Amino acid sequence: MSSAPTANFETKPWHGGYSPFNVRWGKLYMWIFLVSDAFTFSSLLIAYGALRHRWTGIWPFPGEVFTHFPFIHGHVPLAYVGLMTFILIMSSVTMVLAVDAGHSFKRKSVQMWLGLTIIGGLMFVGSQAWEWYHFIEGSEEGAFYLADGRFARTDNLEPGVLLFHDGTKIEGAEAEHLKATAVKNVHGANLYENEYGPTPLFGNFFFFITGFHGFHVFSGVVINFIVFVLVSKGALDKKKDYELVEKVGLYWHFVDLVWVFVFTFFYLV
Amino acid sequence: MSEDFISPDIHHERISHKSQESAHTGLSTKVIWKVFWILLAVTVFEVGISFTSIPKGILLYVFIGLTIFKAYYIIFFFMHMKFEQAALKFSILLPFVLIVYLIFIAIYEGIAIGLVNY
Repeated sequence: MSSAPTANFETKPWHGGYSPFNVRWGKLYMWIFLVSDAFTFSSLLIAYGALRHRWTGIWPFPGEVFTHFPFIHGHVPLAYVGLMTFILIMSSVTMVLAVDAGHSFKRKSVQMWLGLTIIGGLMFVGSQAWEWYHFIEGSEEGAFYLADGRFARTDNLEPGVLLFHDGTKIEGAEAEHLKATAVKNVHGANLYENEYGPTPLFGNFFFFITGFHGFHVFSGVVINFIVFVLVSKGALDKKKDYELVEKVGLYWHFVDLVWVFVFTFFYLV
Repeated sequence: MSEDFISPDIHHERISHKSQESAHTGLSTKVIWKVFWILLAVTVFEVGISFTSIPKGILLYVFIGLTIFKAYYIIFFFMHMKFEQAALKFSILLPFVLIVYLIFIAIYEGIAIGLVNY
């Protein structure tokens, strides 16, 4: 405080004259918005947790649902979401570097890092589209609601085998008979049913939570692009103020932060 | 009242010199990359241990712990929270005590409804 050239009086933060939080209003508002948005995401994830515990006996194991990886025939659980996490963390790093370059008014540098952040964001949204495609498409044979009330899944890698939630398997003629007498055959996933478990809630939460997060990422890409255009036109140099980059940076890191939680509670556990 | 006390531009609030200094010195490029490697290592570790035969009950708490660990690095370094005033820190972080409370009551309720079995 003593190094401040204009401070010729000493005062406490709440005595007026100073911003008590020591940030400018735009940044403070962004923080307040992020708190409210964090509450929304928390509520969604907590609702997921509550209903998962309510249906604990039939809830699908995420490790058995998200097993696809591009160009690999076989099961690679978690690798793809792991890659998506890497992409998002990477784009968060390029965003910090853009903010850092903004502190020293290096326009070219800000442009480069912000551009890379936008590319990272687009890669993430694209990855999510790929994941949604495979979730909606499902396996070749789908799942069966059997006549005895049980629910059986199938797997492309084990054709003709019925898989049950408790880990048991039925194959051969018995499986064919059960399939022939099944009440219903479900393919892929929609909002009313899915082949991953006998409750629509798993699909509903998947679409809503990852969709809500994906929409945040998409909005972030759009906002980052607008700021990128402003930076490129030199609007921030004219103002001698790169705080705008910091504000969108906060939002972008928040999107990354939410993904860390979605990754853990939707895919890992 | 001197001119520098109230800025003529209301959009340009007066910020003490301290925060501007820390904005420059707090996060060096070196620290940013260090945080990146920490986050990456933790994520790889999480994916790795999910394939081991550690009981799911223990794994759950390990994952929650590591997630909060990652969240700390994102909020405190990437979002610059470490270098903000204590008043701002607590204003932002304290409300999440309510979320912790909500987690407990909602999960407890979920388990209870499952036991009723209707």
